[in-house]
Amino acid sequence: MTRVAVKEGLFEPLEDHGDLRLIGGSCRACTRRHFPSQRVCPYCGEASCEPAALSRSGTVHLCTTVISRPPGYEGPAPYGFGVVELDDGIRVISRILDPDRAAVGTSVEIALEVIGSDADGREIVTYAFRPRAASDEPRATPR
Amino acid sequence: MRPVYITGVGIHPFGRFDDRSVVDLGVHAVRAALADAKAGAKPQAVYCGTVYSGVAAGHKVLTSFGMTGMPIMNIEAGCASGAAALGLGVNAIGSGQYDTVLVFGMEKMPRGIIRSSFFEPWREQAGLAVTPAYFALRAQRLMRDSGVTAEHLAQVSVKNHRNGVNNPYAMFRKEITAEEILASKMICEPLRLLMMCSPNEGAAALLLSPKAPINGPAVRIAAAALRSHLPGNVLGEHTPLSGLIDDDIQSPTQLAAAAAYEAAGIGPADIDVAEVQDTDSARELLSCEELGFCGRGEAGSYFATGHTQMSGVRPVNPSGGLLSKGEPLGASGIGQVIEIYWQLRGTAERRQVADAKVGLAHTVGRGANASVVILVRQ
Repeated sequence: MTRVAVKEGLFEPLEDHGDLRLIGGSCRACTRRHFPSQRVCPYCGEASCEPAALSRSGTVHLCTTVISRPPGYEGPAPYGFGVVELDDGIRVISRILDPDRAAVGTSVEIALEVIGSDADGREIVTYAFRPRAASDEPRATPR
Repeated sequence: MRPVYITGVGIHPFGRFDDRSVVDLGVHAVRAALADAKAGAKPQAVYCGTVYSGVAAGHKVLTSFGMTGMPIMNIEAGCASGAAALGLGVNAIGSGQYDTVLVFGMEKMPRGIIRSSFFEPWREQAGLAVTPAYFALRAQRLMRDSGVTAEHLAQVSVKNHRNGVNNPYAMFRKEITAEEILASKMICEPLRLLMMCSPNEGAAALLLSPKAPINGPAVRIAAAALRSHLPGNVLGEHTPLSGLIDDDIQSPTQLAAAAAYEAAGIGPADIDVAEVQDTDSARELLSCEELGFCGRGEAGSYFATGHTQMSGVRPVNPSGGLLSKGEPLGASGIGQVIEIYWQLRGTAERRQVADAKVGLAHTVGRGANASVVILVRQ
């Protein structure tokens, strides 16, 4: 089954073979990073931003669970929702897989989540973060 | 600047009114305010705060009883729409542009979680446009950083519902217990249904003048500040998708409060009574920190002192707050100001705060927008 992103330009590619990344922006003028990518920096206003692949991993800053489907949303519920602090110094709002394991400080890694299908039967995917298994977390340092 | 006095007020109760249009609600509040002010002359300018009422909604209200010809302006600033309209009216009086101004707010909200054209469709589709989830994350941050507990969150709602019993304009006028609140449906951890306000319907109106009213104590608007967000706070009310790793970014409420305190020449310690944004229980506690009623990180211990109760040193939300009144966006901020006006005039009946001389009204929400209005009894 072919896939389609919920919106183009947020992440690449549409399957995760260890190379999945959020596409943010990096400002040449003020060096700050943002997400999603835009040409004009949302912090300093300079039109000097370039797309930048953001870190695949980070830690949970805050996480809650959305229990009822909000307006305009037809994907699975309940689902995790929170703030992830990426290793390259930016906080992002994201869905969080397995939220019961996503206590503050938990190490997480980017993942894809299917949230429905379009009229052509293609899977609609969006980005999420998933708590890392204990086995691939040799240096877990919850804060 | 000339002084700015409130000379008349009117409210259409907040609730659900299936048989009335938003214009009906606005007409009710405006005519009540005009009658209260015993104003013979029509206002020289009209400012209407509303979000969901459509094109030229304020005009429709005045058209319906033939009071037109003056400039009528419709103002949208999210949850602060009413207060934004008020700020413009205050400046128009203070600067000498006009001598009589009508300010009102009205709303007829869709039911359930507020759906907003603010979000792009893909964000709704991806489940990333969930306003209560943002509220919940802010609540979690407050629990982590400010010693707030689930019991505190329940007790804020207990307090406001108890206060709301005495407010004839509130939607919910029934006491509820902490047990009931903590057993109500979980919306997003840690926020439960009875810790959250309901979007609803209502209208509120007031008249402004540079001359003190002849009937009863004069209440002056000493400041009406509106501010937006600074970039970078991932949990800011502008609901961004990313932010900086920086917990020291001033919030719109902090910016508006600083501006209002400076304009009024007072500080948070001078406030006797306050109406603050309690979209959810945690929001009231966060508002108390942001308005300077307590220090940063003290929201939990401050609430536990009882200072914000009706018997406390600075009662917060004597009207019952949005938790009891519901939130009709455009009307909400004006409704708060009217409650403070009544408190300062000593006419708040069974919810009267003893000898209140200085009061504050605060809204914050989408945009981001935050407003802080300070009223002083002369």
